[in-house]
Amino acid sequence: MNKILLIIQREYLTRVKKKSFIVMTLLGPILISGMMIVPIWLATRDHEEKQKIEVVDDSYLFRDSIPQNKNLKFVYTEKSLDYTQDNFFKTDFTAILYIPSNILSGGGTVKIFYKEPPGIATEEYIKSGIEEMIYNFKLQKYNVDLSTLKNAQTSINLVTEKISANGTTEKTSTTTQMGVGFILGILIYMFIFLYGAQVMRGVIEEKTNRIVEVIISSVRPFELMMGKIVGVALVGLTQFLLWLVLTISIYTVSQNMLFSTIKTEAFQKEQIKEEVFKKGTNLDVARLDKPGKHGIKAYEALETFSSIDFTSIVLCFLFYFLAGYLMYSALFAAIGAAVDSETDVQQFMLPITIPLVLSFVIAQAIVKEPNSTLAFWFSIIPLTSPVIMMVRLPFGVPVLDLTLSMIFLVLGFIFTTWLASRIYRTGILMYGKKVSYRELWKWIFYK
Amino acid sequence: MYLFTANNIFKRYANHTALEDVSISVSNNTVFGLLGPNGAGKTSLIRIMNQITGPDSGELFFDGEKLNPKHVSQIGYLPEERGLYKKMEVGEHALYLAQLKGMKRPEAMKKLKIWFEKFEMTGWWKKKVEELSKGMQQKVQFIVTVLHEPRFLILDEPFSGFDPINANSIKNELLRLKSNGTTILLSTHNMSSVEELCDEIALLNRSKKILEGKVSEIRKAYSTNTFEVEFKGNILGFTNAMGAGAQLLEQEQMGEICKVKIKLSGGNTPNDLLHSVMNVSQIRGLREMIPSMNDIFIAKVNE
Repeated sequence: MNKILLIIQREYLTRVKKKSFIVMTLLGPILISGMMIVPIWLATRDHEEKQKIEVVDDSYLFRDSIPQNKNLKFVYTEKSLDYTQDNFFKTDFTAILYIPSNILSGGGTVKIFYKEPPGIATEEYIKSGIEEMIYNFKLQKYNVDLSTLKNAQTSINLVTEKISANGTTEKTSTTTQMGVGFILGILIYMFIFLYGAQVMRGVIEEKTNRIVEVIISSVRPFELMMGKIVGVALVGLTQFLLWLVLTISIYTVSQNMLFSTIKTEAFQKEQIKEEVFKKGTNLDVARLDKPGKHGIKAYEALETFSSIDFTSIVLCFLFYFLAGYLMYSALFAAIGAAVDSETDVQQFMLPITIPLVLSFVIAQAIVKEPNSTLAFWFSIIPLTSPVIMMVRLPFGVPVLDLTLSMIFLVLGFIFTTWLASRIYRTGILMYGKKVSYRELWKWIFYK
Repeated sequence: MYLFTANNIFKRYANHTALEDVSISVSNNTVFGLLGPNGAGKTSLIRIMNQITGPDSGELFFDGEKLNPKHVSQIGYLPEERGLYKKMEVGEHALYLAQLKGMKRPEAMKKLKIWFEKFEMTGWWKKKVEELSKGMQQKVQFIVTVLHEPRFLILDEPFSGFDPINANSIKNELLRLKSNGTTILLSTHNMSSVEELCDEIALLNRSKKILEGKVSEIRKAYSTNTFEVEFKGNILGFTNAMGAGAQLLEQEQMGEICKVKIKLSGGNTPNDLLHSVMNVSQIRGLREMIPSMNDIFIAKVNE
């Protein structure tokens, strides 16, 4: 027992001291929180380059009526398109907007000529602006009262709330749950591959270094294998916990800096909305939503974040990470023992990568139907359950499913460890021999 | 008194038999040579002795006790295929292997310091293994093998990878260990070192033991009663004088001096031979042609 501790200690320390480990540990949280922060930041920030656009309106419908904003200025001209194009570079206009004469009948193409390409948001703004105006023209043309139509359009508010057995209700957001589930699944997938491969490389290293025979004259091969697997698992756990702590601190800090504005903005919008509904005025509610829409979404997502039971998810994550890793890394160790160098690994990797990649593919279907039969079975089968169960967890999983899945995973890990140890003890002493599956099969049954 | 015995060991792999009814007995405080051509089963036997693999059948005893994992700390093993973790520091690595053999860290540290001084490698402690030459790595491996002062040392091709000077210092170290009471099993192809070091040998060929015993007795048993005689005089006179009790095998003349190889037969002794030729030649030397272990090895394996 003492010896296995020694092995674990060596495997752990040599890896934790490596530069690559330290770099990954620091870089990971920055990347992860970046992934969480950047999209929200992008959505909320007032970006858009300043544009001054010369409008050539052959339909004479839009004069001075496309709404400006602080980034987009429209200047209407009487001159022909050819003339403005020829003189484009003599002016300080950033673009020319051309509206053909037959725009109302649906024919013709609106064109933007530019010096520097305009952003998608600018294009969208102009497109929706023109569309909305045509819409209004047509309503008038067909004698539809604008306010009647606005009244007919009812915007409803949809909130999903979960009722648990003890009667408490909580706001949930399917999008958030999907996001969390998927990220957790990817994490497990990554960890198993990353650290499983480390175990494999470690075994191959010992074999090619020829140190393995020295060591197994002192300890049993099984102890060496388990020592390595556990040592690497501890490295993985260390990294995960460091990531968790670092990510949470980076996220909290930047969230406080970034979202304090969003929260107040969202709050104000919420109030105005309510007032509008109360008064029943025909104020353009939809228009009001536009600038702050992303902000409100982000705020709602943040709110539902807290509705997910993170303690139990983290605990389950640790379990599935450890058990899933133990199961797969034993197989990785067996592969390492069976080959002579990393270049020979390919032929044996397939049986391991297939269930992992498969579970990753299935995860995308399961995230939409977290309680389907498909989801049930794949979260019971040990080879896929670590990833699939992680995807299901944020939606809430019946205790029975969870227990079954855990029991099967532990059984699966015991089985693969047994299998791997049989292959391992023979494989590590085989040098310079190409091994086939048939050979491996024989090794399993050696006395 | 035997320190280690292996009785009727069988070991089969999928496609071939590695050991077939092999028994060896290693006497206490001797150097035992395990010889044989490549693929004879030496490494298989050594791995079984180290409990790395188990025999299909047969029994092993260490100091009268059935061999069990407890004995690991009393055995030192230097495998033929040996290496070290390249990225580890030499000192840390040596400590690790010593602790795996059951030594306590402070004790291992103390003894390592002594050995590092003896082999003039104190400056290596903080170096990475990959910075050492192959010969230097071999030294580290040798030290780690003997560090825990095992009663029984199993060395598989210990001299490969050493230059003659280092090989010699290892040889001397082995003799010193033996004089301190250590029993050594040596597997090697280097027959001159067998003659120098080994008291007893066992010869394996095609997974069977084909010869065993004391080196001196084996060589005597394989002696063919052949002598080399060097003399001044006439070869013809010499052969006429030696009569029917001896047979001339080879002759060579270098000026006045003649060298002949003679096989004695019919119970004749070298003294009888000298008697009969003394009058016709001036004898400069007579030496029995004892076959070298190399000759015996080749002869037995080709039988």
